[in-house]
Amino acid sequence: MEYMLFICTDSTARTTEPPVHTIEEWVAETTDGGTRRHGDRLRPANDATTVKLRGGRLSVTAGPFAETTEWIAGYDVIECGDLDAAIEIAAKHPMAQFGQIEIRPMWPIE
Amino acid sequence: MADRVADAIARASAEETARIISTLIRMTGDFALAEDCAQDAFVRALSDWRKGGIPDNPGAWLTTVAKRRAIDLIRHAGAEDRALRRVAVGADDPVEPDPDSNADIDDRLRLIFTCCHPALPIDARVALTLRTVAGLTPAQIARAFLVTEPAMDKRLVRARAKIRHAGIPYRVPPPDLMPERRDGVLAVLYLLFTEGYSATGGGDLIRVSLLREAIRLTRLLVELMPDDGEVRALLALMLLHHARSAARTDAVGDVVTLEEQDRSLWDRDAITEALTILQSLVPRAGRYELQARIAACHLEASDAASTNFARIAELYDALAFIDPSPVVELNRAVAVAMSQGPEAGLRLIDALVASRGMEDYYLLPATRADLLRRMGRGTEAATEYEKALQLAPSEAEKRYLGKRLAEMRC
Repeated sequence: MEYMLFICTDSTARTTEPPVHTIEEWVAETTDGGTRRHGDRLRPANDATTVKLRGGRLSVTAGPFAETTEWIAGYDVIECGDLDAAIEIAAKHPMAQFGQIEIRPMWPIE
Repeated sequence: MADRVADAIARASAEETARIISTLIRMTGDFALAEDCAQDAFVRALSDWRKGGIPDNPGAWLTTVAKRRAIDLIRHAGAEDRALRRVAVGADDPVEPDPDSNADIDDRLRLIFTCCHPALPIDARVALTLRTVAGLTPAQIARAFLVTEPAMDKRLVRARAKIRHAGIPYRVPPPDLMPERRDGVLAVLYLLFTEGYSATGGGDLIRVSLLREAIRLTRLLVELMPDDGEVRALLALMLLHHARSAARTDAVGDVVTLEEQDRSLWDRDAITEALTILQSLVPRAGRYELQARIAACHLEASDAASTNFARIAELYDALAFIDPSPVVELNRAVAVAMSQGPEAGLRLIDALVASRGMEDYYLLPATRADLLRRMGRGTEAATEYEKALQLAPSEAEKRYLGKRLAEMRC
């Protein structure tokens, strides 16, 4: 199955522990194993632009679509057997420790 | 005849649903399809058994009918895939499955662990477990949880959809995940139990039936995982609470505290069974084991005064270590008060008041009030009873606190 990992911030996470895995280790391990298809960091919410078309009129606004204290800091697309495997991979990402990760299954257009 | 058929169907639903659905999931790989076919088989049974009589082995009859239904549905959908061939091969197999075979045990365990997967919301886990493992109808589950039937149907549909879409695996978790996932299953069963237990003494029989279902499902899990001490400890804990059901409210539904309960109303058979389980456990300081041992201390005593509260305080100490909640701390303070005197307990409670998250917890002023009353400080006790009265969640508890408050004032 294909899953998108949304790598998100979490303002309640105040951990001072050293990371169990560094991001370099995580990327190397998941890429070498053929699990991770692609992924990247994203520029912060300040650099976001939101586009809407309503009744033929285009609206372009500065910022993300939802004003929240948390934002999506990156994403990864992974391919693995089931949700438990995806959870295991997400749990090793350093942002599981310092932020939070939302796992969403892909919904391919058939 | 009609009643006999209805009884046989109710019994088969309780005893065979998990087996039928898990068999069909194994064959089709489709949770929702398996459930639908099982449901259809029960509907067919109602008419067929009235005409032709109840079969010797209702479980085997229902499984065969459900399998044929699955084949029809898959053919109809035009999905001539591997799943169909697998179902087709076994559909008219006259050999009855051996109910004690490892495959059958694994099937039902897989079903329980899938229904209780942590990726499902807790209310969905509870509903799915009752539907597919316990064999309750959506209408019954809806009534037990005080929601409408369409709302419960929607909850079940969403849960099944998530299992399929999110790729929740249909399996018994591997050893590295087992302790966490096992605790997740036990939490669902215990939640069912406490839902039912909180309704005992009231008139809501459907809600009370949850208590019976929780004990039945825990017995099933003990049967499927006989080597797991925490599963057996949970059964013991449920039995010990359940043993006191008849004594915990009086004739008008008011709360009777443990101290004042008529111990002759306690269910001795349930207590004996629970104590036998606890004696057979290797002490591992598990969450449910500690709670069961605490309950056992209360129930082994011939009266409230001879309860071994020093031992109970020790057990709460151990429980606070693995599960450090204010509620556990409060209970520990009560045990200390009962073994070392109210002053010692009050000191612990005052320390708790300073801790966060307890402002609205009615048992805190209620317990302070109780200790102050025992120390003869009636005016201070009355003030605390008043505070507790304002925070108490149920009418029965308000009546109890009101009675105590009146005593302090005369």
